[in-house]
Amino acid sequence: MARASETAAVGDLGRGRARPRDVRDLGQTYGAAAALALLVLYNAVFTDRFLTTDSIYVNLTQVAPIVIVALGMTLVIATGGIDLSVGSLMAIAGALAPLIFLSDVPFGVAIAFVVPVLVTGAFGLFNGVLITRFGFQPIIATLVLFIAGRGIAQVLTNGELQPFRNPAFQYIGLGRVLGIPFQVLLMLAIFAIVAWTVRTTRFGRQILAIGGNEAAARLAGVPVNRVKLAVYGISGLLAGVAGLIVIAINSSSDANQVGLNLELAAIAAVAVGGTPLTGGRATVVGTLIGALILQLLRFTLLSHGVPDAVALVVQAGIIIAAVFLQRQRQT
Amino acid sequence: MATTSTPARSITRARLASVLQGQGALVALALLVLFGALRYDNFLSSYNVTSFLANNAKFGLIALGMTFVIMTGGIDLSVGAVAALASVVAAMVSEYGLVVGIAVPVLVGAVIGLVNGSLVAWGRLQPFIVTLAMLLAARGLALTVAGNQSVAVDFESGFTALGTTTLLTLAAPIWIFAVAYLLGVLVLGRTPFSRHVLAIGDNEETARLMGLRVERVKLGVYALSGALAGMAGVLLAAQYGAGQPAEGVGWELTAIAAVVVGGTLLTGGLGSVVGTLWGVLLLGLIFNVLNFENGRGVISLSPYWQSIVLGGFLLVVVLLQNRLAARQT
Repeated sequence: MARASETAAVGDLGRGRARPRDVRDLGQTYGAAAALALLVLYNAVFTDRFLTTDSIYVNLTQVAPIVIVALGMTLVIATGGIDLSVGSLMAIAGALAPLIFLSDVPFGVAIAFVVPVLVTGAFGLFNGVLITRFGFQPIIATLVLFIAGRGIAQVLTNGELQPFRNPAFQYIGLGRVLGIPFQVLLMLAIFAIVAWTVRTTRFGRQILAIGGNEAAARLAGVPVNRVKLAVYGISGLLAGVAGLIVIAINSSSDANQVGLNLELAAIAAVAVGGTPLTGGRATVVGTLIGALILQLLRFTLLSHGVPDAVALVVQAGIIIAAVFLQRQRQT
Repeated sequence: MATTSTPARSITRARLASVLQGQGALVALALLVLFGALRYDNFLSSYNVTSFLANNAKFGLIALGMTFVIMTGGIDLSVGAVAALASVVAAMVSEYGLVVGIAVPVLVGAVIGLVNGSLVAWGRLQPFIVTLAMLLAARGLALTVAGNQSVAVDFESGFTALGTTTLLTLAAPIWIFAVAYLLGVLVLGRTPFSRHVLAIGDNEETARLMGLRVERVKLGVYALSGALAGMAGVLLAAQYGAGQPAEGVGWELTAIAAVVVGGTLLTGGLGSVVGTLWGVLLLGLIFNVLNFENGRGVISLSPYWQSIVLGGFLLVVVLLQNRLAARQT
């Protein structure tokens, strides 16, 4: 009974603002979706061989690690926080996995999937503990591991490139199921779980309630600290998964490079997708679309001979335009 | 106690706490200097001291601008990329001599800062996203202009004097470092600008109701931050003898760490320029001490340990600050 009433309270809290929010989210998602559709259409017409499975899979495999990290980031940002540590956590997972499967541990490959992700999940919890128990601002709390995390990965590997060839492990980055790259399926599965979580579960409503008004959420009985801990833990877990995918694709792990600037890419994807950085609202579909827009934009520019450096400038313009349009819609 | 204190008193207390926090960084710095001086030969040698200060001048400039931005409750993630862009611009115009070689990159930085400020102040966009986008744009511009490689400066025109000239035994970058902070302290201590900055960071709506020109002040702090990042880029080009389009990655976050260690609150409304100076010196000195410790040969920590130590240090300092602040209120 207690449980039911708690759900009701949180539900009410959410429902109070739910309708206008939903409409707004829909508008934003459609705006981003329209932009994505335009990009796809443009490429279909003007880019050679764009609508081939090869080129579609190239784009999807490239975007998969960013989407996976950005999904965790969406949850964090929905609580009004931010996670700068994800790129460094990817490097830690990427450094740990080869250390495990290149050693003589029994079931090395299985352990190489599980342990690195658990470790980065634990680091994510560490972020959460700093924020909930010690009152750190999220940006500072996660800045600690942003700085130290890459150092940990570099110390683990002595800063050296670790090349490897291990088909069983690399299935996560190179494997195909019915012709579809495995990490694309993994990305879609994680996307589905996160979207379902935000849309239908109590946990999802609690996340949004905290981001909307933390004090009110606390008064309404939301276990604020536990939810935040979970959110940062999830972000850490997902960063670990993304790190494993990246090293599997590269057939090597470079602690200096894995996940570099990925926190920025993920935050940009979330922002372009229409989740405001102030928290309280989240569109998981938007994040997927935002990441796809940024990926496809870069692909489009590169395939038309625009240098990567110029593509960065265009990306910046798109990010500003996206948040500007969202702001217009809010006011 | 806490519940009965009036807002005015809690602000006084918070101010007190922030002073203490600034002094905390100074105490830690003094202890580290003492440790180094007792443990290592040549730690206080003029060579080590001057090269340390000259190397940290660019981080100092960036952190100074960041202090003002953060005091308004904002943030500027673009500074590292702006410094890289400015270093490329400096190298390209270095053939026209020292004055142009300084003025143009600083102007470029200031203009970028104005764009950031306009989008934040009039566009009402979040500083984090605006300056994140500017980070990408400035990096892209730097790489495009430089053609993806470093750009050599003109060694004939006198531009490199910036990296080599000494005045009263101190290298030019150290003078720039010192003068910038002197001005920073004076501006923060004696002008209405700083009160406006702090008022906006404390409560923007109240500041607006009091008749402060919020937009103009915000524009000012982002332009200042951009200009100082531009100057840091000039120093980078002068010291390396080349414009470095790929340098400055992560400088913004190190600067934020220095500002926070110095006792400036990330939420705005409270800040200390002197504290930031101690923060910059403290973070720089950790590397310096680690190098000396490695030189003694007892331990041999790879450079990779530096970032772990730095992260751990940031953790401890903020932990202590939070404890202090909690005790104050």
